[in-house]
Amino acid sequence: MFYREAGDFSTTYAEDQQTFPIKFDRYRYYLVLFIAIVVVPFVVNDYWVNSLLLPFLIYAIAAIGLNILVGYCGQVSLGTGGFMAVGAYSCYKFMTGVDIWWGGELLFRLPEFNIFFSVIMGGVMTALVGVLFGLPSLRIKGFYLAVATLAAQFFLVWLFNRVSWFYNYSASGQINAPERDLMGILITGPSTEPWAAYLFCLFFTIVCAVIARNLTRGASGRKWMAIRDMDIAAEIIGVNPLKAKLTAFAVSSFFVGISGALFFSVYLGAVEVGEAFGITKSFLVLFMIIIGGLGSIFGSFAGAAFLVLLPVALKVVGVDWLGWPTDIVAHLQLVIVGGLIVIFLIAEPHGIAQLWRVAKEKLRLWPFPH
Amino acid sequence: MNEQLAYTIEVFANGLMAGVLYALVALGFVLIYKASGIFNFAQGVMALFAAMTLVGIQNGQVPFAHLINSIFGTDIHYFGWTVHSAFAIILTVGVMVLLAVFVQRFVFRHLVGQEPIILFMATIGLAYFLEGMADLMWGSDIKTLNVCATEGACLPQGMNVWLEGTTYEALGYGFFIDNLDIVASIVAAFLVIGLVMFAQYTKQGRAMRAVADDHQAALSVGVSLNFIWILVWSLAGFVALVAGIMWGAKSGVQFSLSLIALKALPVLMLGGFTSIPGAIVGGLIIGVGEKMFEFLIGAPFLGGATENWFAYMLALVFLVFRPQGLFGEKIIERV
Amino acid sequence: MSDSYVTADGRTIGPVVMEMKNITLRFGGVEAIKDISFDIREGEIRAIIGPNGAGKSSMLNVISGFYVPQDGEVWYKGSRRPAMKPYQVAQQGIARTFQNIALFEGMSVLDNVMTGRLTHMKTGLFSQALWKGKAEAEEVANREVAEKIIDFLEIQAIRKTPVSRLPYGLKKRVELARALAAEPSILLLDEPMAGMNVEEKEDMSRFILDVNDEFGTTIALIEHDMGVVMDLSDRVVVMDYGKKIGDGTPSEVRNNQAVIDAYLGVAHD
Repeated sequence: MFYREAGDFSTTYAEDQQTFPIKFDRYRYYLVLFIAIVVVPFVVNDYWVNSLLLPFLIYAIAAIGLNILVGYCGQVSLGTGGFMAVGAYSCYKFMTGVDIWWGGELLFRLPEFNIFFSVIMGGVMTALVGVLFGLPSLRIKGFYLAVATLAAQFFLVWLFNRVSWFYNYSASGQINAPERDLMGILITGPSTEPWAAYLFCLFFTIVCAVIARNLTRGASGRKWMAIRDMDIAAEIIGVNPLKAKLTAFAVSSFFVGISGALFFSVYLGAVEVGEAFGITKSFLVLFMIIIGGLGSIFGSFAGAAFLVLLPVALKVVGVDWLGWPTDIVAHLQLVIVGGLIVIFLIAEPHGIAQLWRVAKEKLRLWPFPH
Repeated sequence: MNEQLAYTIEVFANGLMAGVLYALVALGFVLIYKASGIFNFAQGVMALFAAMTLVGIQNGQVPFAHLINSIFGTDIHYFGWTVHSAFAIILTVGVMVLLAVFVQRFVFRHLVGQEPIILFMATIGLAYFLEGMADLMWGSDIKTLNVCATEGACLPQGMNVWLEGTTYEALGYGFFIDNLDIVASIVAAFLVIGLVMFAQYTKQGRAMRAVADDHQAALSVGVSLNFIWILVWSLAGFVALVAGIMWGAKSGVQFSLSLIALKALPVLMLGGFTSIPGAIVGGLIIGVGEKMFEFLIGAPFLGGATENWFAYMLALVFLVFRPQGLFGEKIIERV
Repeated sequence: MSDSYVTADGRTIGPVVMEMKNITLRFGGVEAIKDISFDIREGEIRAIIGPNGAGKSSMLNVISGFYVPQDGEVWYKGSRRPAMKPYQVAQQGIARTFQNIALFEGMSVLDNVMTGRLTHMKTGLFSQALWKGKAEAEEVANREVAEKIIDFLEIQAIRKTPVSRLPYGLKKRVELARALAAEPSILLLDEPMAGMNVEEKEDMSRFILDVNDEFGTTIALIEHDMGVVMDLSDRVVVMDYGKKIGDGTPSEVRNNQAVIDAYLGVAHD
């Protein structure tokens, strides 16, 4: 009734294979885009951008990335935090000019990259590292692989902690994003306007989501899903397993790297690797896709929104209204998140995305039950 | 005796001792995995939970005191008594059994027949839940844990003076070995022997092995799967308590305890998920390996703290060449 | 030997397209296949039959590259096939179905059939990421082929249904569709009629004959149901305990004493 597809016929295969084959969905999508791009920048303030919108957009990219690997290709990774760190540190190095040393002498120094390309390079470098750590996936499967990705997590964090080249030999061991602009508009640094940071991240989020959608509805997506559902059968019908898995690792890590680069440069501004990209970050993003929905781009957004909102909501309710100490609320948050994970896995393994689909189904038939 | 060599041997011995503790946590994993096919990521947090509960009971802490105070505006913290260690341990075992029933009843009974990877992720959720619960119940401050039989007869702390003196006289070099490590090794040895005896010679043990071998077949000869799974989770809870006591007495009861327990994962990958001897050998290899690597390569050449990742890297490289682990059987794929 | 010939009922059988020469396959100490040779001709329906444990499935797995035999050679289209991975064999144009259905349960029927087209889809990751242009054109072109197969096997109505919701018989048909979508030069069917009732068997037999007839696809199949095999196939290989005990037209095989012994048992004195 409220939501209908009757009279909505595809007459070509191209039409049938577009992202939103149902007109209603398509218009709603355009509306959301319009609001996000044209309306939101004019109405947001600093609080909204920094505590909700930026983390949401950035985590959404990471969640899309991890969802490609876990939800579409079936390779569980616990190394997301480490890969985000690769994105952040690569972005930092390219922003400040990569210095190449040989035998204690400075060979040359690359020019400083524009912030836009620094973020892209963050993604590219992470894709390379991701492929490297994805190589064992041909031999190691299931949770063996999940545990093996912990190697990436702990090794990468250690690497960025110990090798001072990565943080330009700063005494604090931190990396700090210098002020950078795009066509005269500041994107990083403390005096960035909230709307500029927002639009910059929004651009990457939209592009990543569209790319992810295009890949997952086409040949690559089918290869990944075939590997996920039954890897032996996939190989016998002509999917090269190593290539399929490695492209999944590369694409996934590319997104995760972009997200890490934005997380550092635009959102936090200063980063200490163990704190920002520790193993809890890996779990956080994994939880986002479990709660949001494995194998769904929309689910990645939903999961990111949910887990960004939850702590804020708990803080508002617990600390501001009820006046509880913050540590109690933090512990409660652990209990709730952990409990939700279990509940979702039991009740709805396909997460919020599936709930959304069921709701749409119901809406379509309303007011009739069947 | 060559100083350098002696020092290397000492590092080796300390690695062995650390390995025993890894093996102890890994043992809990193996128990659950064998009987139910669940790869229990929460085993480390269970050790933390057990240790915190033990300390809380010993000190007569009021559970959820912090939360109760916040809600009702009261100011209660302690009951005002202390509980003898032995009794506290018994109570804690009771709590772990309750936890086992809870986990089985509310989580895994509803996930029977799901893919292993879903079960695995559920245990990650469980780990978060338990961690939050432990903090809510007992507070997240670092606690010292000491288990005493009587006043003054506690778990020994510090290095073993006798060993140092004897080796100094005999070899001209005094070996530094932690007392606690020695106790832990002995306890671990007894625990393993006890578990093996239990599995081999008791009715429940046989039922457990039957379930591990084939759920359906076990079910059809009248073994209660539910009971066995609760039993196994309780056993794993008990092993977690022992591991929690050893680690907690050594370095305090705090969150990092559950991270140390993550080390048990590479141990399992080396030893194979289903093999108790594998868990022990794997634990020793990882313990010795990471201490020796740090000593010989990590500290001098790589800036130290390689213990953070060495175990995982070793397991990763090892698995690429032998995916089934040291003691696992070769996997034959079929269509 | 390698020339075409015409059968008694007027079907033209082409030259040899695949030849197995002295294949031996061992698992540890067990010899699953012992020194077997036979050939498959273009356009024919070739059956492999035998009692349980005769090594039929292993033979099919050797053809599709899943098992690598310890001894023997596989000749395909006039040249010896080097050791290759299963996906390379598939890319050479050999498609198959499985005894225990191996569909991708998380995907729709259409997507499953489209996975059969993967060996024909060549656009790179970057054009796929852009979608518009090359990737979309390729997608649509391959969708047309897939739709043709879907049409042919009469599964249009369940096109968008998740495979996990389908009943057994339909799953078997979807699996056939996926294999056909690859437009293979040899189609391997592993017990296509196992577990079906009479009507479903008749449907499936009709599809197999139609496929052979309409697309000229060479088919090699394993089947238990002797009646079906004798009706469908042009030539039959009979295996028992890993050895070949008969090879020829259905009527030749039916009168072969070794085959009768294997199926009915031998009278011992």
